[in-house]
Amino acid sequence: MNSIFELFQYQFFNNAVFAAIMASITCGIIGSYIVARRIVFISGGITHASFGGIGIAWYMGLNPILGAALFGVLSAFGIEWLSKKTDVRQDSVIGILWALGMALGIIFIYMTPGYAPNLMSFLFGNILTVSSLDLFLLLGLSILTILVFAMFLKPILYVAFDEEFAKTQRIPVQFISYLMIALVALAIVLNIRVVGIILVISFLTIPQTIANMFTKDFKRMIFGSIGFGLLGSFIGLLVSYEINAPSGATIIFSFVMLFVIAKLVQLSLKAIRRREGIKEAK
Amino acid sequence: MNKLLELKSINAAYDDKLVLKDVDLVVNQNDFVGIIGPNGGGKTTLLKVILGILKPISGEIHVNGSSIGYLPQINQIDKKFPISVQDVVLSGLMGVKKLFGRYSPENRTRANELMNQMGILHLKNKNIGELSGGQLQRVFLCRAIISDPQLLILDEPDTYVDSNFEGELYDILDQLNDHIAIVIVSHDVGTICSHVKTIACVNQTLCYHDSNIISQEQLKAYNCPIDLITHGEVPHRVLKHH
Repeated sequence: MNSIFELFQYQFFNNAVFAAIMASITCGIIGSYIVARRIVFISGGITHASFGGIGIAWYMGLNPILGAALFGVLSAFGIEWLSKKTDVRQDSVIGILWALGMALGIIFIYMTPGYAPNLMSFLFGNILTVSSLDLFLLLGLSILTILVFAMFLKPILYVAFDEEFAKTQRIPVQFISYLMIALVALAIVLNIRVVGIILVISFLTIPQTIANMFTKDFKRMIFGSIGFGLLGSFIGLLVSYEINAPSGATIIFSFVMLFVIAKLVQLSLKAIRRREGIKEAK
Repeated sequence: MNKLLELKSINAAYDDKLVLKDVDLVVNQNDFVGIIGPNGGGKTTLLKVILGILKPISGEIHVNGSSIGYLPQINQIDKKFPISVQDVVLSGLMGVKKLFGRYSPENRTRANELMNQMGILHLKNKNIGELSGGQLQRVFLCRAIISDPQLLILDEPDTYVDSNFEGELYDILDQLNDHIAIVIVSHDVGTICSHVKTIACVNQTLCYHDSNIISQEQLKAYNCPIDLITHGEVPHRVLKHH
């Protein structure tokens, strides 16, 4: 146990803990929206499309995360805009954007002369190497997300539930949809540093799915997701340090373990309830 | 008569396919209009134009008075969405509350009253996924009328419910019609015609029948491909020769 507290002497570990907290908050809130609205596939598309932004920014000598943010938000707006057109098959378009982003990213990174960045850190993330700019951006996004959801929780929920009805009530449905998809894109991009492109989708869906097992209330689902996010990322962080493996992978692995445990708990709760029901009936 | 809604020579289309052609419609206070017509004839499109969801390519729409209450087709709803019955009912007030509004104790009391009237108060904290089709329809009806609209629009409320609830639904609507004008779209021509006061038949064009009895001549004149409806001692419908 002693070694855990010794870890806090290191700056990199404090940064990692801070990043894990911010990631759990942003992914907990935005992920609940993604799961409730069933836009997991759209989110996967945005994630991979943003890799194109990373490549282009790298080629131009800019901060890759800022490039990814711009690229991610623009492709999110593109998908949102296309989804309003009835004659477009949305999932096919997402598939194209998904692959295009990855291809552009690889091409531009290889075209850049000199030192090629460690692709693995973008694909799988490393919470132990987050920079202070990354942390600053994550903090800003956490505050923004909390503010937006605290002020507009009901309209966001109602638009997500029944967009047509919301339109008949003459509330700015389009504004809310674009605001939300932009927040989704930003949450994805800023968390790429923490868990990487390939794994970020699980940070946005596994804690939410666990929370959804125990509550059907949107607000409780958000708090539950943040809780499971924190638990899973701390376990993953410690395992990553112990076995010296990329933190993204160990965090996701601990999420899946939590998921399995939660499923077993849920099943045994159901079995107990059923047995009690039979006893009462007798 | 107090005009609540007026459509003047509306043309509406999806992409380049004209769905509504030169449609006029007036809905007055206390009206109970049944909209019938074949599939793809433009019934739902007409509702979308009235509700402001679809912008017509030409024509005028005038809506007087307070907001319009709307009950959508129930199969459009994601029944696994994490939202409670109470929240769905309260969401009917979002037009009044706008973005920053908070629900007052009066709002909650009103929601409870409505749920009580519809016999779903005991379900108020349940998730909508736990409800039956008929219960869900009542929830959406509560949502549609909680803002006290002068006009209520229902899109096929009698699908996915048993005939038992269908009867109750029309009883509720008859009561509501004392102070709310109602426009209802339905496939079930037989049932709808014994409750509504007037009928509009939509098949690209709209023809308005100023009673709930349609004669064969009228059908022929307007080319309405529906069954012929009459009212008698015994509930029945008369089909044209075939």
